[in-house]
Amino acid sequence: MADDVTTEIENEIRNNKVLIYMKGTPSFPQCGFSAATIEIFEELGRPFNSVDVLTNPAKREGIKRYSNWPTIPQIYVDGKFIGGCDIVREMHQRGDLKRLLDASFS
Amino acid sequence: MMNPDEIRRSLQGAFPDAQVLAEDSTGGGDHFAVHIVSASFAGCSLVERHQMVYRALGSLMPRIHALQLKTDAPGES
Repeated sequence: MADDVTTEIENEIRNNKVLIYMKGTPSFPQCGFSAATIEIFEELGRPFNSVDVLTNPAKREGIKRYSNWPTIPQIYVDGKFIGGCDIVREMHQRGDLKRLLDASFS
Repeated sequence: MMNPDEIRRSLQGAFPDAQVLAEDSTGGGDHFAVHIVSASFAGCSLVERHQMVYRALGSLMPRIHALQLKTDAPGES
């Protein structure tokens, strides 16, 4: 049976089209990689939500386990794990991230 | 405090065909930038590729605070 944190993560991912697990908030990112990720999503101009893992240590570990991914930030679009900062950056450079979001919001 | 050579050796062991570039991005021994080119990545998504690298680094991961990662199959860039 899933623990509470996992259930909460599943609900968050299901209920938010674009969700960014990050350190800090979009206005005050607490890590350069989270900041870079937010900058890209703000540039693309689509709405997104974020979860600050620094205020919730259980969730910080929980999301790493859930995604099988050792680092923060982590980005989910339409319930699917997209990756971390490097992947988002690479997808953005190729135009793939814009295409993904265009398709998601169409 | 870790030397980028440890990362390079560990990845070279896991991906024998790979060209691995590993550098300490801040000089502090815990932020690293890695570029790895290996045929093992062909046909894999970026998420899968990064997961393969994280798995290969295994016991080194907890000592790495930040890892900037670029994974290519030969011919990509």
